[in-house]
Amino acid sequence: MIASMRRVIAQPWLYSFVGAALVWIAAVTYTGGYGAGGMLSAGIALAAFSVIVGTAQMFVITLGPGNVDLSLPANMGLASAVAMKVMGGCDALVLVGLVAAIASGTTIGIANYLLIRLLRIPPIIATLSASFVVQSIGISYGRGLQVKPPPGFATATTVQIAGVSVMAVVVVVFSVGIGLLLHRTTFGRSVAAIGQNARAARLANIPVERIRALTYALGGALGGLCGALLAGYFQGSSLDIGNEYLLTSIAVVVIGGTSVAGGRANVTGLWGASLFLVMLLTMLNTYGVSAGVRLLVTGLVIIAVIVTAGGPRIAR
Amino acid sequence: MRPERVMSQHSVVIELTGTEKSFGAVRALAGVDLAVAMHECVGLIGHNGAGKSTLMHVLAGTLTPDKATVAVKGETLKRYGLVAAHRLGIRCVFQELSLCPNLTVAENARILHPALRGFGWRRRAGELIISKLDEIFPDHRIAADAIVGDLPIGKRQMIEIARAFTVTTAPVNLVILDEPTSSLDGHTASQLFAFLRRSVKAGMSCILISHMLREILSTTDRVVVMRDGRVVTAGPTSSFDRNKLVVAMGGAEHHGTQADTPAPLAAAAAASEAPITVRMKPKGQHDGRELLARAGEIVGLAGLAGHGQTDLLLAVFDAGSGRAKKGAVADRIALVAGDRQTDGVFPLWSIAENIGVRSLARFRKGVLLSVEAEDALAARWKERIKIRTPDMRNPILSLSGGNQQKALFARALGSDATTVLMDDPMRGVDIGTKLDVYDLIQEEAQGGRTFLWYTTEMDELRHCDRVYVFRNGSIVAELARHEVSEERVIAASFAEAA
Repeated sequence: MIASMRRVIAQPWLYSFVGAALVWIAAVTYTGGYGAGGMLSAGIALAAFSVIVGTAQMFVITLGPGNVDLSLPANMGLASAVAMKVMGGCDALVLVGLVAAIASGTTIGIANYLLIRLLRIPPIIATLSASFVVQSIGISYGRGLQVKPPPGFATATTVQIAGVSVMAVVVVVFSVGIGLLLHRTTFGRSVAAIGQNARAARLANIPVERIRALTYALGGALGGLCGALLAGYFQGSSLDIGNEYLLTSIAVVVIGGTSVAGGRANVTGLWGASLFLVMLLTMLNTYGVSAGVRLLVTGLVIIAVIVTAGGPRIAR
Repeated sequence: MRPERVMSQHSVVIELTGTEKSFGAVRALAGVDLAVAMHECVGLIGHNGAGKSTLMHVLAGTLTPDKATVAVKGETLKRYGLVAAHRLGIRCVFQELSLCPNLTVAENARILHPALRGFGWRRRAGELIISKLDEIFPDHRIAADAIVGDLPIGKRQMIEIARAFTVTTAPVNLVILDEPTSSLDGHTASQLFAFLRRSVKAGMSCILISHMLREILSTTDRVVVMRDGRVVTAGPTSSFDRNKLVVAMGGAEHHGTQADTPAPLAAAAAASEAPITVRMKPKGQHDGRELLARAGEIVGLAGLAGHGQTDLLLAVFDAGSGRAKKGAVADRIALVAGDRQTDGVFPLWSIAENIGVRSLARFRKGVLLSVEAEDALAARWKERIKIRTPDMRNPILSLSGGNQQKALFARALGSDATTVLMDDPMRGVDIGTKLDVYDLIQEEAQGGRTFLWYTTEMDELRHCDRVYVFRNGSIVAELARHEVSEERVIAASFAEAA
């Protein structure tokens, strides 16, 4: 009993949940309890998006040192445009639009992998340069126009039942699935093995390059999906819809207890970290600070959390 | 105080009393006393996990004991650690090689010698290490500007050893060698032992940890036997023989004398009829020779360390997993790594996960992997290969080096592979375990598995049905079971190409 308690306390993701709760309490105290429930339900709904993008980034980072996908924001922007255009404001085409967004994201993921593999470009540079290309494609494809989502789709991404966002519940179920994928499938185990020791993984008959390709493709697909969902939530596509998710996607992975050096992923932590970051923004908004201060504080908090919570794990 | 007492105190380099150290629930040292005198070479033996490496880490100051008294020349030291050990001239060659793979040989030598500074430090560090290599291993063929990571493990070990003996400002009084020959071939090892004897004669002391009892018996003055974190026996080497040592370690009593049991002739005859499972030509081979292995055969790869044996195993591995088309490999392949840190262990995982990684496909129940199946495999191999741990869900790094190696064996032997490649896999494995694993290999070969076994230990070649001797990346001799002898292998390893 005591041993299992200790194991729970030792989990790094626990702190992100505690942090999220503390920040929420700080915000609620400031408003004198006004809007506490609303803040929480809006926070959970927004956190769901960070979780999806964070999942994409988590898989890529878990592949091992140097692996990261910086093209996610551009990917999300393009996918949001693709999804909205394909749906064309028509509820009957929602599924087709989602598939198109996922296909667009998957293509970007595979392109990332090919750049890394065939041209031997480090992932950080390959995905960053890919994101410029994707942005250009997005500009010429969407012409910068904001296309509205079909009304049913917009409702589906925003609707709340008893204050609980339906989409957040779906994403929780999705996270459970991701947890199983990570720990209880050959693919997930292979990703973790490659992240710990790619050479040993090869010698243990793991198809290293195939798994790498699949992981970048999966990351791209999730980015595309999230772009489409965001377009529904924010009532329209936009090429910079994913911009704030560049730092967020990496921050939630690291704060959530996934090893930056690769080999160890943590799905539960993604939720804690996402809630924490969203609540932090909410708190700063209720305090009424300017956008500049908000960015500054967010940056400082992320650095602080990574230094304190992530320190020893990075050093490994 | 009586004079002889004073004398003996002065001749003691360092003395540890009542050393205790626990890692969580594992009691690695349970009150160990150890003293090393000047002019003395102490042999330290014991099975894997007996506490030898832990004791040496305490002595070297890299590990702080829970309880211990450290005395130097009769005086008890209040604080003992890395700095004190360095000042006393205690140096270590640890089992897990500690060189930085991204640096050159010279740069690695400089790490130990802060005194090498200013212009030309790299050249002076290079001269320092190369001259020591020349002294210990006259025909080493190592360049000072070679990147360590590019060198085979045998050469890396030679550098590690030579570096421990280099002197600038701090003296060298006591050198601890933890399994120094595990990656060295017989020729290089004998050079090392000759050097050790010369150094001890010149006034140095050393502690030699080895699972090769022959080395202990031929090189040391005194033997200390450890078991389960205690010293169980100690005395002059001359009062021991091989059997006494084995009994004292408490392992492998039920085994007959090692390697004296010839394979049943029937099996050998049947093997020549069995289908060929591996056919591979070494990359450097210019005559028509190639390596053949049949189902159920144990094929040895011999010769000096780093002469193309590992390359061949990797070529077979790639061919077997469909990565390369050269050669013909009919089988499912598994590899037992010898260089376990770089090629084998997944450091963040449990023992069970490390064993199961090669068998994931078999754990599938529907879409998901069955944890029960993974646990069952782990439990079966904990039993079969005797992995010393209270729980197979403990992290792999909680195991001693030899037990980690057993887990790697379990990974390969527990898999569906029909051909098992072994890349000098017995590094740092105690004799009891070795004998168990030899039996396992024989058993599995009789069950139809093919083994390709690269080894630097002459004794292990006697377990092979056939042996290929390698030199400079190619096969220079093929010996049948009855032809295998130390002389023939050495003769073939050194013969100049016609």
